[in-house]
Formats: sequence, structure tokens, C-alpha cells
Amino acid sequence: MSGVDLSVEIAGVKWKNPVTVASGTFGSGMEFADFADLNRLGAVTTKGVASKPWKGNDTIRVVETASGMLNAIGLQNPGIETFIERDIPFLNKYDTVKIVNVVGKTVEEYVDVVRALNGQPVDMLEINISCPNVKEGGIAFGQDPKAAAEVTKAVKEASEKPVIMKLSPNVTSIADMAKAVEEAGADAVSLINTLTGMKIDINRRAFVLANKTGGLSGPAIKPVALRMVYEAAHAVNIPVIGMGGIASASDAIEFIMAGATAVSVGTANFNNPEVTMEIVDGIRDYLEKNEIRSVKDIIGIL
Amino acid sequence: MIYREKITVTSNERLTDDIFDLKFNTKNIAKDAKPGQFINVYSADASRLLPRPISICEVTGDEIRLVYRTVGEGTREFSRLQKGDERFVTGPVGNGYDTDFLNGNFKSAALFGGGAGIPPMVELSKRLDIKTDVFLGYRDVLFLNNDFPENVTVHIATEDGSTGTKGNVMDALRESGVTPDVICACGPMPMLKAIKAYSEEDVIKTYFSLEERMACGVGACLGCVCKTKETDEHSKVDNARICVDGPVFDAEEVIL
Ligand SMILES: Cc1cc2nc3c(=O)[nH]c(=O)nc-3n(C[C@H](O)[C@H](O)[C@H](O)COP(=O)(O)OP(=O)(O)OC[C@H]3O[C@@H](n4cnc5c(N)ncnc54)[C@H](O)[C@@H]3O)c2cc1C
Ligand SMILES: Cc1cc2nc3c(=O)[nH]c(=O)nc-3n(C[C@H](O)[C@H](O)[C@H](O)COP(=O)(O)O)c2cc1C
Ligand code: FES
Repeated sequence: MSGVDLSVEIAGVKWKNPVTVASGTFGSGMEFADFADLNRLGAVTTKGVASKPWKGNDTIRVVETASGMLNAIGLQNPGIETFIERDIPFLNKYDTVKIVNVVGKTVEEYVDVVRALNGQPVDMLEINISCPNVKEGGIAFGQDPKAAAEVTKAVKEASEKPVIMKLSPNVTSIADMAKAVEEAGADAVSLINTLTGMKIDINRRAFVLANKTGGLSGPAIKPVALRMVYEAAHAVNIPVIGMGGIASASDAIEFIMAGATAVSVGTANFNNPEVTMEIVDGIRDYLEKNEIRSVKDIIGIL
Repeated sequence: MIYREKITVTSNERLTDDIFDLKFNTKNIAKDAKPGQFINVYSADASRLLPRPISICEVTGDEIRLVYRTVGEGTREFSRLQKGDERFVTGPVGNGYDTDFLNGNFKSAALFGGGAGIPPMVELSKRLDIKTDVFLGYRDVLFLNNDFPENVTVHIATEDGSTGTKGNVMDALRESGVTPDVICACGPMPMLKAIKAYSEEDVIKTYFSLEERMACGVGACLGCVCKTKETDEHSKVDNARICVDGPVFDAEEVIL
């Protein structure tokens, strides 16, 4: 069978295939352009950007763990002004959907970034209310359905772009969080962000990460992520973007069958900077082999 | 440009108890490689996700030589590599040393290497055509001390005094009476701090190769930063990525 359809649609935006990259693991695409053809990605999702530059946490910021890693970057970013001047023009050279990941410490800061992006040539916003590495921001909104709904409403009012709310796995009920942001007007949800973890250096008798705790990502979290994507997809009617440990086409297809309309590849890029290309090709091969006309035919079949 | 290549090991020899010498041919990496740059070596074990950054020790035609210490599971895996084994690598990564600038602007150089910081000094010394003194610091057992070009003077310091000056590279420098125009150094933080104190007092231009834990190894994750005195051009905050903005920094620009 030839000519399988890999395209999907999320909040009225058509993606040429269901594969994007997870925010924070791919910069704005520049650093991976030597390895991956950004034109062949369904979408590029950029590193979280705030209203002003953030300097992030002290080092050590990253450490490997069994089949995964912990990171506590602390959302270092150059601020929206530089992002608009430098990163958006870079991304515009590519024929792919552009998703900007937005962070803030207060509702007002989220709104400032979102307003600055109105009129800019980007397609969607992903609102990060789930970063576990910054005390003041993100996660405070991501662990309380009311606070999450408040950010969603404010962002939706301020933005002319479709809004994806990025959910934290560090909650009691992912379904309740997904429902809360759907009711508040979210156009889509993405999940999961990292799971809070820790590593201790027994020789130094100290925490490895300067921040003590960090976010666990990579294949180690995939079963948890898959279960949460399944639960969220069954709780809401808006599209779900699934992520957490995806490192191969078969991983991606698992998430799609569990209910994800699209998938994001994060930590796997560190292990193989060409992996996104292999995943796009692998999904096409799977569909061809199984005589499935469109990837849409397997979304949420379980 | 950083290339991803599947390389085939041509040799992997043991130099000391815990120091190994890995050689492989590359299609493009060696052509572009500069001293001070590094190679990301990927594990064959999928549970070890992150590449191990290892400095380029020598470039000979298409061949890259890496000399590394076994410290954990990743480097222990590499130590078992045999001729014919394949691995993925990415490289060359980082700015490296600007040897044209060094040759053009200084009359004499002192290169300092401490322990696992010694390897990059080999290729650097090969590309310098000014008077060069190399100061190598070891705990006890020597390696790479015979791999420097003939026109380079090698000074050795060992902690136990078994060879050369007893003490560290600064003791060896004092003993030698060498007064360089420019310093290039790679090694443990206490060594870099001692060199900084010395070069600040005598106002000697100094470059450091820095190390930090890395994740992506290609400039995307912001895991590997060091603090900078001024706002960095890329990050817009007071830190720079060691992997691609470094690993070589002007000592005046970074805070150790
Ligand atoms: C730019 C650069 C150049 C380097 N060049 C050399 C070299 O030429 N020769 C050499 O022997 N060593 C070099 N190192 C250190 C080398 O990268 C580490 O020893 C190696 O990554 C340890 O891996 P492991 O799995 O054996 O150790 P583990 O401790 O099991 O590794 C666990 C994790 O920590 C990281 N890690 C551990 N120690 C270091 C370290 N010192 N620096 C950075 N990451 C570390 C590993 O990459 C891995 O992700 C260099 C490091 C950097 C940053
Ligand atoms: C180094 C690193 C930086 C990250 N930065 C961000 C970020 O800025 N914004 C965000 O929403 N998520 C961030 N994340 C989370 C990822 O986007 C993703 O949700 C998570 O890592 C799980 O996917 P993975 O297992 O495929 O990496 C980051 C993850 C890593 C490893
Ligand atoms: S290791 Fe990722 S930016 Fe340097």
C-alpha cells in the first residue's frame, strides 16, 4: 500500500505528521538542524520562554539515571524579546508547525508572553504549568485544578492562537486536571511533563543536582506516561499530545493507540539526535505494513 | 557543523590501570576537528542514554584518538571495545582553541594538563609553532608524556614525587622558571583556580577548557552551563553553554 496519510489536525491546525519534539530538549531547533530535517517534523515545540530572561538553576543540572535522566535546568531562557528577534525568524525558514512553550511565575507573566506572541508567525502555544524545577512558577498552577483553570482562562482570553495546556504527572488525578483545563477553554492538552525525582552521590554524601530534586524523563517513565495519556484521553474531548519516554516508532504508536493525536519526542533526542526522523519513517512503515490508510484510524483505538 | 557518524574502532589500548587509548576513523569529523573540541561517544546499552563527552587527543588524517579514564559504567564499557566494534559518535563539538590566533599573537605558551585534562594538550601542542612548554600533573603513574612533539618541553609533576617535581603543575612551573605569554589549561577545578590566581597576578592571557555534566552534548538542553562575567550573547543571562560556546573560555570571561 502506498500513500498512507500521516497528517493529523489539532485545534484547526494541520500537522503533516503526528511527531513533534518535547519542549526543552530541542532548543528552538537550531542545534538539531545538523541531524534532523525540521521540514519533516509535524511540529517543532520550542524551549519554555518567559517575559524576561531567566538564569535557571546552579549546576549540576543534569544526571543520567537507569534508562532515564533527571534535569533541573530551572527554565533558563533568553526572554520573549530575544525569542521573537532570533528564534522565530529561524523557525520560519522551515515548513513545519511552530509551537511556542510558555512559562511564567504569575498569571500576568503568562499573559505578557502570550500577548507578545499575538501577530507573530507561530501556530500554537503550549502553556507549561508543570515544570517541577522552579519553585515560584509552573508547578504551583499544575497541581491544583482551580489554579490550572485560572491560567487557562487568562491565556485563552489574551491569545489569538490555539492553546495547548501542558500537564504535570505529579498530581493525584490526571483526569481531573485535564477536565479542569478543558472546561476553562483549552484547545488541547499535552502530557506528561517530568516526574519529580532525586539522586544522591554516596561518596560526596550530597545530592547530585544543585537543586536537590529534578524531573525524571526518558524510557524509564514511559509506562507511567502511557497510562496517564490513556486516562486523560478518556476524560476529555479535546486532542491529547502524548509524551514521556518515546524513543521509537513503536513507542509513538502505543501513545497514539492510547488516545494521543500526536506525540512529542524529548530525551530520546539526546541518545540519538536523528531519532525523530526514524520515528516518522517508522510510523509510516507500520501503517503501510498493516494496510492502515491513515494514522487517524488508530488514534485512541484502545 | 556537528556530524553523527557510526565509527569502527581501529584500536583500544590500555595505557595504565585506568587510562585507555581509543582510535577510530571518521568520514568528516577528523577533517574539521580542532584541539580543545570533543567527541560525544554513545553507549551501546540503551539504559545509558547520554553520550560521554571525551576530548580530542590527536587527529591524524581521518583518525581520531581519544584517551580516557574509566570512572563509571560508561567509560568501563568503552574500555572493553575491540578493533572492529562499532559505536555512534557526534562531533567535533565546541569551539576549540584558535591556534592561528595563538601562533599569531604570542611568543611562548605554557599548556597545563591535569589527569584526564592532559589529552587535549597533545593535539594543541602539535598545532602551535611558538615556543611551547607543557606541564603535566599526575597522581603517580604517567601517560601521554611521550606523545608530545619534539620541539615541546614537557615538565612533569607527580603528587607522590615518583617522577619530576613533587607536587602539582604550579610547583613544576615555578621550578622551571618558565614565564609564558599565554596559558592554556585543562584539568580539575583546584588546578584551574591556582592557575587563575597566578595568571591574574602576572597578567598572562589564559584559556581554560571547562567540564560540566552534559545531557544533549550539542547545545540544546542548557544542562552544561558555566557562569560568565558578562551577559552571554546566546543565553541573554550570565552563563554560557560549555558544550558549544566552550569548552574553551578566556579565563577573564568565566567565574570558576
Ligand atoms: C568537554 C569534556 C571533555 C572531556 N574529556 C575527557 C577526556 O579527554 N578524557 C577523560 O578521561 N575524560 C574526559 N571527560 C570526562 C568524561 O566525560 C567522564 O569521565 C565520563 O563521562 C564518565 O562517564 P562514566 O559513565 O564512566 O561515569 P559515570 O559517573 O557513571 O557517568 C554518569 C553520568 O555522569 C557524567 N559524568 C561523570 N563524570 C563526568 C565528568 N567528569 N565530566 C562530565 N560528565 C561526567 C557521564 O557522562 C554520565 O552522563 C570530559 C568531560 C567533558 C565535559
Ligand atoms: C533537559 C530538559 C528540559 C526540559 N525543559 C522543558 C521546558 O522548558 N518546558 C516544558 O514544558 N517541558 C520541559 N521538559 C519536559 C519535556 O518537554 C517532556 O515533557 C518530558 O521530558 C517527558 O518526555 P521525554 O521522556 O520524551 O523526555 C524538559 C525536559 C528535559 C529533559
Ligand atoms: S549538554 Fe546540552 S547544552 Fe550543553
